[in-house]
Amino acid sequence: MAVSYSSSSSKEMDYGEEPHVLAVDDSLIDRKLIEKLLKNSACKVTTAENGPRALEYLGLGDEQPDNLKSSASKINLIITDYCMPGMTGYELLKKIKESSTMKEIPVVIMSSENIPTRINKCLEEGAQEFMLKPLQQSDVKKLRCHMLKFSKPCNSRLCLGR
Amino acid sequence: MEVGQLQRQLVDYTASLYNEGFLDDQFTQLQQLQDESNPDFVVEVVSLFFEDSEKLLNELARVLDQQAVDFRRIDAHVHQLKGSSSSIGAQRVKNVCIAFRNFCEEQNVEGCLKCLQNVKHEYSLVKNKLETLFRLEQQILAAGGSIPMME
Repeated sequence: MAVSYSSSSSKEMDYGEEPHVLAVDDSLIDRKLIEKLLKNSACKVTTAENGPRALEYLGLGDEQPDNLKSSASKINLIITDYCMPGMTGYELLKKIKESSTMKEIPVVIMSSENIPTRINKCLEEGAQEFMLKPLQQSDVKKLRCHMLKFSKPCNSRLCLGR
Repeated sequence: MEVGQLQRQLVDYTASLYNEGFLDDQFTQLQQLQDESNPDFVVEVVSLFFEDSEKLLNELARVLDQQAVDFRRIDAHVHQLKGSSSSIGAQRVKNVCIAFRNFCEEQNVEGCLKCLQNVKHEYSLVKNKLETLFRLEQQILAAGGSIPMME
């Protein structure tokens, strides 16, 4: 099965210091936007066009054994659109939180619609934050405090409260 | 035309697009994302918007033409168009999409058909305007000038 993701780094030398973000959105335009916003914030970015592809990248795909070591072990943040055909961002969030290997990775949900029940549902399921689209550079800057530091394998939150 | 004149023309033209509601702040955000590592960013994203929109508008016409109108399908397409127009700052297109979705919810075929006409109209207007904008920018660059940044 052919899979395609798109990964890109910012101009800085990659010593493994840049946070690596996985961005999931079914809209190509929005993927391009979020990728640029993240690159401008000195992040390495991988994009996926839907939930199943994102899970595969994380090594959580249906066909993959749980202990598969994937390149995804260094993902510091997952940002996903809510409204996607097939698997929604909420369903993707649930799958990630159910995984012993991936549940610590902070997940941010984006949506063009400001629906309180939707927001609460996501936060209750463990989303770090809910952001309204279209995202701006200032929104992305705020995300940095949520990114998991892979050099320190601790459970503490880096950003206390909003 | 000399560079200074072209630049003034561009500034005035751009300002009019904001004043007339064709573009909103999101377009400015897009321009601010462009840099030397991505000098064609805005044109690339807007071109994607044009391609995407044309497909969606054709699909919408087709679905609305059916005997049994599939409103869920229409809503999905309009949602996509609303999203992409919002992402690039095409305000008037986005606003028609909002009205369009309301008619969808009400399962109002007449209303939907009207909105389709409106959105096609607004889309072709903004496409025209943006192409003119890009042409002006190209003229400035060709004449050796630089693109003035909007505040």
